[in-house]
Amino acid sequence: MNAPGDTPLCGAVPPAVGVRQPLIDGVDKVTGRALYTADLPARLGPDGALVGAILRSPLAHARIRAIDTRAARAAPGVRAVVTGADCEVPYGVIPIAQNEFALARERVRYRGEPVAAVAAIDAASAQAALKLIALDLEPLPAVFEARDALAPEAIRLHDDKPANLEREVVQTFGEVEAGFAAAALVREARFQYAEVTHAMMEPNAALAEWDAERERLTLHSVTQVPYYVHLALARCLKLDESQIRVVKPFVGGGFGHRTETLNFEIVAALLARAASATVRLELSREETFLTHRGRPQTEVRLKIGLARNGAITAVDCEVIQRGGAYAGYGLVTILYAGALLHAIYRLPASRYHGQRVYTNTPPNGAMRGHGSVDVRHAFEALLDEMAGELGLDPFALRRANLLAAPCRTINELQVNSCGLAECLDRVEAASGWRQRRGTLPQGRGLGMACSHYVSGSAKPVHWTGEPHAVVNLKLDFDGGITVLTGAADIGQGSSTLLAQTVAEVLGLPLARLRVIANDSAVTPKDNGSYSSRVSFMVGNAAIRAARALRDMLVEAAARKLGATAGEVECLGQRYRAAGSDRTLSYKEVVAAALEDTGTLTVKGIWSTPVEVQGGKFKGAAVGTGAGYSYAAQVVEVEVDEDTGVVQVVRVWVAHDCGRAINPLAVEGQVQGSVWMGMGQALCEETQYHDGLPLRANFLDYRVPTIVESPPIETFIVEAPDPNGPFGAKEAGEGSLSGFLPALTNAIAAATGLRVHELPVTPDRLLEALQARARKQRAKQAIAERKHKPVAA
Amino acid sequence: MSRRILCLTVNGRPREDAVNDHTLLIDYLREDLGLTGTKRGCDGGECGACTVLVDGEPRLACITLAARCEGRCIETIEALCANGRMSRLQQAFHEKLGVQCGFCTPGMILAAEALLRRNGAPDEAQIRAALAGNLCRCTGYVKIIEAVQAARAASA
Repeated sequence: MNAPGDTPLCGAVPPAVGVRQPLIDGVDKVTGRALYTADLPARLGPDGALVGAILRSPLAHARIRAIDTRAARAAPGVRAVVTGADCEVPYGVIPIAQNEFALARERVRYRGEPVAAVAAIDAASAQAALKLIALDLEPLPAVFEARDALAPEAIRLHDDKPANLEREVVQTFGEVEAGFAAAALVREARFQYAEVTHAMMEPNAALAEWDAERERLTLHSVTQVPYYVHLALARCLKLDESQIRVVKPFVGGGFGHRTETLNFEIVAALLARAASATVRLELSREETFLTHRGRPQTEVRLKIGLARNGAITAVDCEVIQRGGAYAGYGLVTILYAGALLHAIYRLPASRYHGQRVYTNTPPNGAMRGHGSVDVRHAFEALLDEMAGELGLDPFALRRANLLAAPCRTINELQVNSCGLAECLDRVEAASGWRQRRGTLPQGRGLGMACSHYVSGSAKPVHWTGEPHAVVNLKLDFDGGITVLTGAADIGQGSSTLLAQTVAEVLGLPLARLRVIANDSAVTPKDNGSYSSRVSFMVGNAAIRAARALRDMLVEAAARKLGATAGEVECLGQRYRAAGSDRTLSYKEVVAAALEDTGTLTVKGIWSTPVEVQGGKFKGAAVGTGAGYSYAAQVVEVEVDEDTGVVQVVRVWVAHDCGRAINPLAVEGQVQGSVWMGMGQALCEETQYHDGLPLRANFLDYRVPTIVESPPIETFIVEAPDPNGPFGAKEAGEGSLSGFLPALTNAIAAATGLRVHELPVTPDRLLEALQARARKQRAKQAIAERKHKPVAA
Repeated sequence: MSRRILCLTVNGRPREDAVNDHTLLIDYLREDLGLTGTKRGCDGGECGACTVLVDGEPRLACITLAARCEGRCIETIEALCANGRMSRLQQAFHEKLGVQCGFCTPGMILAAEALLRRNGAPDEAQIRAALAGNLCRCTGYVKIIEAVQAARAASA
């Protein structure tokens, strides 16, 4: 599928798109040369970079009476101390919901919230100085669970939010009650999901340099969205944006943690300015866990109506999310949970009630599969249960509800391509579903589920009127092309994808290309790596930039060849006047194109078409996608009923990414998604005691190791999207949420037990198995008693 | 705080450096020698990102005192390239996409390197066992296993 107006390239040119391409920065990573934020040389200034450290609240909720920093300021080696008094402007990723300060002012609302920070000549001096800061806190009652926070008598975390309700969403589409009335089967169930967090391997770090003479700030950070950081720094430090430069070095993963500007980034900048120096601020793993922004603890009540043939007649869903202490992405998360009930199956009627609640726990935020994951589990788990009651195969039930693209959902999401049917076929065949299901021994089972995700939120957070993506290309005397992009490669391979895209349009080998990403002084602004937008949006901008450059080269070739532009064929390394043997080499064409003008810079822009930007109702922007990815998966488990241990034997997953620009990277993304879903389903959960995080390390927060991670057979399905770059859609999120229900459906097949609480740790499963056994024994005993004559 | 002269070999070069008794090997490598390929991913012994080879054995540099490495041979990720070319493991991790964000990669490759030196033909279970202490958050480990298998095949 070519984007509109694109002409196919001549066969002589080797393709770049569709090639299994190792990452263009992979060599740097495997050789240890890649510099992450903490690796950057920082011997700037007369005595090198200062070391920053943060003092954090020991209480979950308290009024700040006073912070005495005099002793710390006087301590040896200390160059700056900052507190909430130094940052009076709140920040937050959503412009209408900014209620957080980089350093707390007046109140602290969670254990571990930053209250003060120090910059000193070394780590020991910084840590010693933290101990000299006297915090005078007046404890306040605290609420740790969403339902407690919603109680009328609960203390308010934010004065403007009664009942601690950050955002309530009520949406009804279609005739819900009529839908349930028409159903052959209606079932309702409740589900409970533990809070999980990103746990990317690189701990948080920032390097801030304040140039006092010229009043300029340079920040290197681990961010996924340098643009947001740039805006937040300008806002919180009251600087003009042009005084700031933000650079993203290599970043060790993000998964949503680094989508928002995070407090330590602002703190590093505050310290650098206060000390008139360069400050390195590296957070410990524990502090990185505290920074959090993970997927909230969630309660779901879900009711589904099905016709006899399995067609969905109505859905009613209620979601309560424990959002933590500040707004962050909260309103978006709670809207996503409702919006993405849709756009996977035909839904004639739906009702959604979402509540996002403030609690005295670290703030939640965006995490891979943002907002969609827990609700998708509930949906697919309940469908599985209902399929059994209707005597339908779970695959048949999904097939009875497939969307026919193009279509518009009842909540006005525009679906232009959907390869879910083929995804189902692929995993059904590969897993041997039909032959093996129901024939496995007790304790073994197969489960399946579907999932989907947006390829880029169709509306950006900041509605500036600018295009949604901009890519610049520079071509110079050397014949090399530099791709300049603000898209943040955090390991997903976006820089490689952009290079492939440009190479494809120009018919050039990757060796002629370099990608420079994420230096606000050099690269165009980008809205960042979130909501799986980069491949789709920035990929489209890159295609357009490359086409603009190709047009210039073709025109130059035409001049030299004495032909019209329409007669010139671009063969990549050669240009030919059609129907003749007159050709020019690429370098000759470049020389011709540079005549009288010199270095060429071209630009490509892209914005989502209006028809995919959703409806007009409140909250309609969330859930809109430039395109939707689809996935189906089958999970095989082995359950040890004596210990409650669940072993995932194998996973088969098929993912519709429209077109795999880099099949190697698509596989990597899909496998990583499935695996991250496995972590949430089986072993990951945060835990608090009176707001004190109990698992802020990798021993207690259990991410799966290589030992218990299963083989994941991965199939790429390509249902091209008319708006996607070469038809491509996202590949990095859509497969995650399907794992959770496929797992619990497999456990049900293996044991007959429906698990409605995640993660399915051995403790939880064993307890559920034992409870079931007790119930069965009790039933049996009662039955036996009935038949036995009462002893005289 | 007492200091000592530490004599050891790092990446094939003998060194004598003054270090504090309590200096950790990771800080000696990263701060004193500028070998930032060794990554700090946790607060001590949890993630494997700082894995280096000490006399050929994988060790966690974040819970090893530099002073305990007296007389030993340390190898970090920077040493695996020979004549500017990637080792077979580095090549395999690169080509098979055993690396995404790359942060766990140096430790992962060194743990695998120790395995392949010990056992030229490990099976999948042995690969899993050798990398059990190295967390990766990107790949789901599928392509990491493929990379080690490819390197094993290349060296066989």
